Amino acid sequence: MIPALAQSSVLAAQTAFPILPALIITPLLSAVAILLVPSHRQSEVRLVALAGSTITGAMAVWMMAAFDKTEAGFQFVVNEPWLTSMGLNWHFAVDGISLFMIVLTGILFPIAILAAVPQHDSKAYHAWIMVLMAGSMGVFMALDLLLFFVFFEVVLIPMYFLIGGWGHGRRIYAALKFFIYTMAGSALMLVGIVSLAFLTASRTGNALTFDVTQLAEAQALGTTAQRLIFLTFALAFAVKVPIFPLHTWLPDAHTEAPTAGSVILAGVMLKLGTYGYIRFGVYLFPQAAYDLAWIFLTLGVVGILYAAVVATMQKDLKRLVAYSSVAHLGFIVLGIFTLNTQGLTGSVFQMVAHGVSTGALFIMVGWVYERRHTRQIAELGGLQKPAPIFAAAFTLVMLSSIGLPGLNGFTGEFLILLGGFQAARWWTVFAVLGVILAALYLLWAYQRVFHGTPTGDNIDMPELKASEGLVLLPLLVLIVFMGVYPKPMLERIEPSIERLVAHVEANVDGFIEPGPVQVPERPSDAVTLTEALEEAEKKAAREEGEVEDSVDEEGREASLAEGETTK
Amino acid sequence: MMSLFAQVPVSTPEIQWFYLAPILILALGGVLLITLTSVAPVMRGRHISALFTVATGVLALAFLPFIAARLDGLVDPVAGQGGRPAVDLVSSALVVDHFTLWVSGLISVAVILVAVMLDGYLEREGFESPEWYALLLISASGGVILASAEDLIVTFLGLEILSIAVYVLAALHLRRSESQEAGFKYFILGALSSAIFLYGIAMVYGATGSTTLTGVAGSMTGRNAAGLSPAVDSSLVMVGIALMLIGFGFKVSAFPLHIWTPDVYQGSPTPIVGFMTSAVKVAAFGGMMRVFLVGFGGTFASDWRVLVLFMAGFTILFGSFLAIVQTNIKRTMAFSSIAHAGFMLVGLYAAASPVAIGDTGKRAVLFYLLAYTFMSIGTFAVISIVGKKGDGNHSIEAYRGLAKREPLLAMAFTVLLFGQVGAPFTAGFFAKFRVIAAAAQVERTEAYILAGVAMLGAAVGAYLYLRVVVAMFLDVQESPSTEMADSADETLALVEVRALEVPPATLAVVLLAAVVTLVLGIFPDIGSGALAEAALALVR
Repeated sequence: MIPALAQSSVLAAQTAFPILPALIITPLLSAVAILLVPSHRQSEVRLVALAGSTITGAMAVWMMAAFDKTEAGFQFVVNEPWLTSMGLNWHFAVDGISLFMIVLTGILFPIAILAAVPQHDSKAYHAWIMVLMAGSMGVFMALDLLLFFVFFEVVLIPMYFLIGGWGHGRRIYAALKFFIYTMAGSALMLVGIVSLAFLTASRTGNALTFDVTQLAEAQALGTTAQRLIFLTFALAFAVKVPIFPLHTWLPDAHTEAPTAGSVILAGVMLKLGTYGYIRFGVYLFPQAAYDLAWIFLTLGVVGILYAAVVATMQKDLKRLVAYSSVAHLGFIVLGIFTLNTQGLTGSVFQMVAHGVSTGALFIMVGWVYERRHTRQIAELGGLQKPAPIFAAAFTLVMLSSIGLPGLNGFTGEFLILLGGFQAARWWTVFAVLGVILAALYLLWAYQRVFHGTPTGDNIDMPELKASEGLVLLPLLVLIVFMGVYPKPMLERIEPSIERLVAHVEANVDGFIEPGPVQVPERPSDAVTLTEALEEAEKKAAREEGEVEDSVDEEGREASLAEGETTK
Repeated sequence: MMSLFAQVPVSTPEIQWFYLAPILILALGGVLLITLTSVAPVMRGRHISALFTVATGVLALAFLPFIAARLDGLVDPVAGQGGRPAVDLVSSALVVDHFTLWVSGLISVAVILVAVMLDGYLEREGFESPEWYALLLISASGGVILASAEDLIVTFLGLEILSIAVYVLAALHLRRSESQEAGFKYFILGALSSAIFLYGIAMVYGATGSTTLTGVAGSMTGRNAAGLSPAVDSSLVMVGIALMLIGFGFKVSAFPLHIWTPDVYQGSPTPIVGFMTSAVKVAAFGGMMRVFLVGFGGTFASDWRVLVLFMAGFTILFGSFLAIVQTNIKRTMAFSSIAHAGFMLVGLYAAASPVAIGDTGKRAVLFYLLAYTFMSIGTFAVISIVGKKGDGNHSIEAYRGLAKREPLLAMAFTVLLFGQVGAPFTAGFFAKFRVIAAAAQVERTEAYILAGVAMLGAAVGAYLYLRVVVAMFLDVQESPSTEMADSADETLALVEVRALEVPPATLAVVLLAAVVTLVLGIFPDIGSGALAEAALALVR
């Protein structure tokens, strides 16, 4: 009785305030407000942008609190007609899969705005960031296929201007490459979307609709049509993720983008691809996703290993972080195409974790560049001496990116590997190598940049400022919190993932989700998963000593080698 | 007197003048303007011709809702139009239905916007001549005739009235030899295509014994299983249809008849190019849809739509890929207009397909025409402003740093360019979406391939618009392609841009076009009632 009452009050609160449209409109309004601020008051521009993004972020967090974690379906639904003759609707809703993407967007944007000041044209810069925020919010909550496509494409425009206008070096080349690459990738998806809608309408005899849930329930396509349309979607997402071998735009875009651009690109925009695979690829085309999973498992694993090797060879610190993103997203792709609860849950978790830790990495690399005006690893060195706190913060962020147990990177990666072992053993075996390689390239980079005796300008490396520390603090807290206590997140993600897996099971012949972690007595797997995770962490903590030892050895060897070359 | 009239037998057809109002207003407006300016010197004052033209356009536009209401109120719609409201005029030479009204509306809007743009242009170029406006109005009336013709002879008449006025307009910038050259080129090739078109009409008449669209369609219905009709010589009809397709293909600049477009666009006065891409294209597509869907829509649709399929695909590819290597913005936009014509042909292909459900294809073309009218007129208004005195400043370099000098103009232009890219929340997006949706609805392999080709062409084409955006916003310090941008050149370019004079009226056209582009992109349901009616009026 009482829970029912509580639930109804939650529902009442949901209907009272259209939180999802507000999450899009607030940043848009602040973009307009920014344009209305007189040009000579540049500082107020920043304030407006900060206020707008913080309010949006707060609303996103509030929504997370109001989110009913027992409900696996969509919540906060808004469904208004848009283009009625073509069956288009403004259909917004969130479930456990999109919830944390929206929260991540809400948190990363204010931090990205705080982390870096544009060199010129503060007004346009902040206006574009706010437009980007509105677009990113929209893309994660759209449940009308065409509406999703619209937001998926619209985020390109602000990002194009941000990279092209405030980036470094070959910014115009990078911006154009980014735009054309992504647009070409998603061009065929539009054909796929309309084909899916029209084929479903003519097979089922229902009215034309682009509603994701209705299309997913209908499952009216034949095998060939489903596979072809799935591939048009998959291509668009593969460019966005990016999956090897379509990743070549990413290092350029990331490296040339301004710090805020890199943070948002890595933290939010790459997730559009992986989110798309889960929400649209697997949900709309379960049979095709199951049949063709081997392609994506293979490409994911190749991406992990390839990007790790390439990252190791990078001379530019920012480019190294960019390649590490490719490797991490390979893990997420691997997790998605295991098509089981652990793998998918791990992927969603890892999407958030990667956003937080890579966002923090880009921010700190940006600060290194601000201080030293170079990102070349060879020109940096010994920064730990003049800036120990900076180095400590960098260490924490880097370790989370490596996937150290107890930090956020581990939880997701572990779940992905757990799911992977049940569904795709040999792929997972190779993917595990990626974890080791991640430790290699990040620790090696850390060693070259922060260890040793500082020389030249490196001696005067300024320490982390208090204000910068405050900007970074929320991310550091999240890194530790998500690693130590992932349960609040997992228990919100899991019901929706289970619903998705059940949908796949129901629609794919002969597919039964494998996995020993199934305790029928409990209403949700969340508790058991968390327990499994804790156990695994303990186990890993025991082994950790060994790993660290080996890493230390590598480090010693590397420094020895360095010493020799300097001699 | 009365008795005299009573004795003379009435042999002329009854004319319902009210329904002819748009054609009459536009044509008489042109004639009146020329007459008045010749007899009354006061009419030659500044802006008066432009105001007169705008007023004429608005008057023609104002009649449309009333005609629509009268049409809807008809008790007994013409049986031949499948129960849709339509009125046959002048003994079935013209038909007024919702399709006519849609096309007339777009042409009137184009006349108004181009006249406003032309005013600033002529003042800058030092012309004070009413003949520009008179020709504009007469050409527009020809366009409306073309789209409402129900007899192939009248179709040809409309096509010629439309075209000849534009040939003259293209050559009317007397101080530029390029303009003369463009007019000459346009005339020679246009006359050739008209001749081919007329030959096609002759063949169709020879085979079917009729020049009216309903007559042609009616005589083709008796086709047997072998694809041959005992009454109609199929091969003769097919050749006739192909020749007419060439005639229309030239007017809409479809592959392989698009070669003239860049040269003519480059040389012609910029506002006139705006008119060519909007009103001329609308009229030509209007006429093409009526002739092909009503006249040849039945038995032979499955034959000619294959031709349209290939035309559409190659038009998009040629337009998009060749635009990349252009350095002149008018040539770039010419190739872009070719690509857009290709998209509309995709819609026509879908409309010709034997799909019983809906008429997504027709609606797609009509919406595309609406969106492209505003986007292209706005674009050429900007080009006209940046072209500066002499109308020759058209390299893409001329746009460098425009955002700094003229932020409002640059922003509106960016909206228009992204609209042409087909970016979301612009009219261009829904235009492309409708076309692709129409192709997908055909549910045939070749239609899917065509849709895929179209979208890839759009992605490639995005580069050409982005290059202009790059020049305006981003590329102030260095050039992306060449590293050897001369600093002296640079300052020169900036000085030139600074000296830009922006007529407020032309700026208003640009802003209006940008606003319409955005509004149609966010609320695509606007006007969809009229759109549906217009599409339904074309019954095969």
